[in-house]
Amino acid sequence: MHTLTALVASLPSDTIGPATETVETGTLLVAPLLVGIPLLSAALLLVLGRRTDRWGHWLGVLASSAAFVIGAVVFVNMLGRSEGSRVLDVDLGNWIDAGAFHLNAGVRLDPLSLTFVLLVTFVGSLIHIYAVAYMEHDADRRRFFAYLNLFIAAMLTLVLANSYLLLFFGWEGVGLASYLLIGFWNYRLDYAVAAKKAFVANRIGDLGLIIAMGLMFATFGSVSFDTVLGGVTESTSQATLNGIALMLLLAACGKSAQFPLQSWLGDAMAGPTPVSALIHAATMVTAGVYLIVRSAPLFNAAPDAQLVVVCVGAVTLVFGAIVGCAKDDIKKALAASTMSQIGYMILAAGLGPVGYAFAIFHLVTHGFFKAGMFLGAGSVMHGMDDQVNMRLFGGLGRYMKITYITFGAGWLAIIGFPFFSGFYSKDHIIESAFVPVEGAPWRAWFFGSVAMLAAGITAFYMSRLFFMTFEGEKRWTNKADGSHQHPHEAPKLMTWPMIVLAVGSVGLGAFLNAGNKFVDWLAPVLGHPEHEEPVMPVPVIMGLTLALVAVGILIAWRRYVASRVPVVPPVGTSLTRAARVDLYQDTVNDVLLVEPGQALTRSLVYVDRTAIDGTVSSVGRVTVGLGEIARRFQTGYVRSYAASMLLGLVVLVIVVLVIQI
Amino acid sequence: MSLTHYLVLAAILFSLGATTVLLRRNAIIVFMGVELMLNATNLTLVTFSRIHGDLTGQVMAFFVMVVAAAEVVVGLSIIVAIFRTRRSASVDDVNLLKN
Repeated sequence: MHTLTALVASLPSDTIGPATETVETGTLLVAPLLVGIPLLSAALLLVLGRRTDRWGHWLGVLASSAAFVIGAVVFVNMLGRSEGSRVLDVDLGNWIDAGAFHLNAGVRLDPLSLTFVLLVTFVGSLIHIYAVAYMEHDADRRRFFAYLNLFIAAMLTLVLANSYLLLFFGWEGVGLASYLLIGFWNYRLDYAVAAKKAFVANRIGDLGLIIAMGLMFATFGSVSFDTVLGGVTESTSQATLNGIALMLLLAACGKSAQFPLQSWLGDAMAGPTPVSALIHAATMVTAGVYLIVRSAPLFNAAPDAQLVVVCVGAVTLVFGAIVGCAKDDIKKALAASTMSQIGYMILAAGLGPVGYAFAIFHLVTHGFFKAGMFLGAGSVMHGMDDQVNMRLFGGLGRYMKITYITFGAGWLAIIGFPFFSGFYSKDHIIESAFVPVEGAPWRAWFFGSVAMLAAGITAFYMSRLFFMTFEGEKRWTNKADGSHQHPHEAPKLMTWPMIVLAVGSVGLGAFLNAGNKFVDWLAPVLGHPEHEEPVMPVPVIMGLTLALVAVGILIAWRRYVASRVPVVPPVGTSLTRAARVDLYQDTVNDVLLVEPGQALTRSLVYVDRTAIDGTVSSVGRVTVGLGEIARRFQTGYVRSYAASMLLGLVVLVIVVLVIQI
Repeated sequence: MSLTHYLVLAAILFSLGATTVLLRRNAIIVFMGVELMLNATNLTLVTFSRIHGDLTGQVMAFFVMVVAAAEVVVGLSIIVAIFRTRRSASVDDVNLLKN
């Protein structure tokens, strides 16, 4: 089945490095188990049901950790290879063979997919461990772990696929897992509605991916990465390339909660906190960035679509930041921040070769610090009887030392405090945004300034979140049942994952940045971008960004530590009020999409009832009416029958006579 | 006397019989009307047989008589049966086939 056929290098050498090799023997053949083990575990937990309640969660942890170990083995093997032979395929045989459409299923192993594998399985395993304690009192903990494993399997399918169709398979899988987990407590109507909303918003994006695949098949004759990405040439029509790229962007917008499909992410916080950390912060929502970076050769050849990508990223970046400034629900504030940070990644991905590696770099560091902060938020909720309103927190740092420190590490990382993880990754993106684009000098200044300004806003809202929760005087009240609130630190199973993620938030950025390690690692997939000078000197950009960050922290300090935080939210400016309701995005969606949609269905129902049903039932009514008339002749009186016979006879005779004459 | 007179008489008898069938309610009388119509037909058949000098019509008349005799037996027994169950010989009471 595994034929050793080095695929012909039809890839343009300036965008993509080496050609894909097919793996025939060796350690790398274990790669399909990355998907297989979590999938098997999920299936077992779901099929065996309640019988596995006692140990099911540990099976889940084991499956996820096993996937991480396999990922690490593959990673070590990959490090032992030369840079030229790090793009590999494990062929899994013929998958679809229909007419002109041939597709082999296969696992793509390259630095990009391995980065995701390690991120997903490592952060995923930590969150599995955390969830063992977090979900301890939930009767359905086993089902929760089954879904988490299902998610891991689907996410790994997504990143390991070697064709868009297999990627789509994983894409739908993570959407399903996300739906199941957002609605995990679906006995609450609003949670079930949130799950449905996420699902529907994602479907719109999925449609984009389907259309993109159709266009790819029509243009390149296949949907495998090698054919499509290698098939982009000078002669491919710009309209087609832009179409494919924009449809891929639509897919990315749906999955990554980017403008204009962002409205589901805030509501998705209805899911249990480990889900928010794993799916809606660290991994699944970044799949859109993966899709764009994976399709780099396509986007490079479609500059118009790239501009749209940058715009979408910039809009979402600012949008999420503004919403984050006004939210009082700790999880929703973090969700807005996730949206905004992914805006950074999409922006970087839209910048082209200068930005791809930094988008992934920020994605990885963000995966660590944002997951860490979500777990911290879960720990706070755990200690505060599931309270999420930050106005009712305050001063918690004194009661939860570990959560305080680990969350603090995440906070410093996300605002780009010097030498923390986010500092390196975000700084690179801002610098790349300032790199001039040929023929459009305004772009460097505009997008650079937006990225820089958003860093300042990020500093403000994240500091606000941190100060309102952990600093200042305590504002909490009694529990819902009237007993006293006793904030307490979470058990060790929850704190250890937070500590590990905090270490990553502190040191990962510096480690990966040292000697340009991360960019070089991704080079076999993304190539070596030429170093280009931004429009301003790099130290000036860095200095300005840090100054804005400092201003942001200072304002937050003055408003939320130096002065009292009102327990009842003040009325606020019109912008604050708008940001509290997500800048009216739900209203806009309702007016533009939901209500016209409902009106359309209602009118279709009306047409169905009146025109179609009306025609059918009037045919019936006419038949009944005719029968009613015919019935009157059947009197049952022999004499009337005889009369009609005689009459008929006479008529016949008359007719015959008339004809004869 | 022209043979046409026989035909006219047969037509009159037939009309009388038909009128009896249509207008009278008593089943026995209706039956007599039917017999009258049959015999009027017989008269027509025999007359035409005579006109054409052909025996076929006369043979047909015999057939009609035989059938009429059989029919009388069946019909009368039905009438008796109905009379026994419904205590009436009126054809208008026997309208179970209605609607």
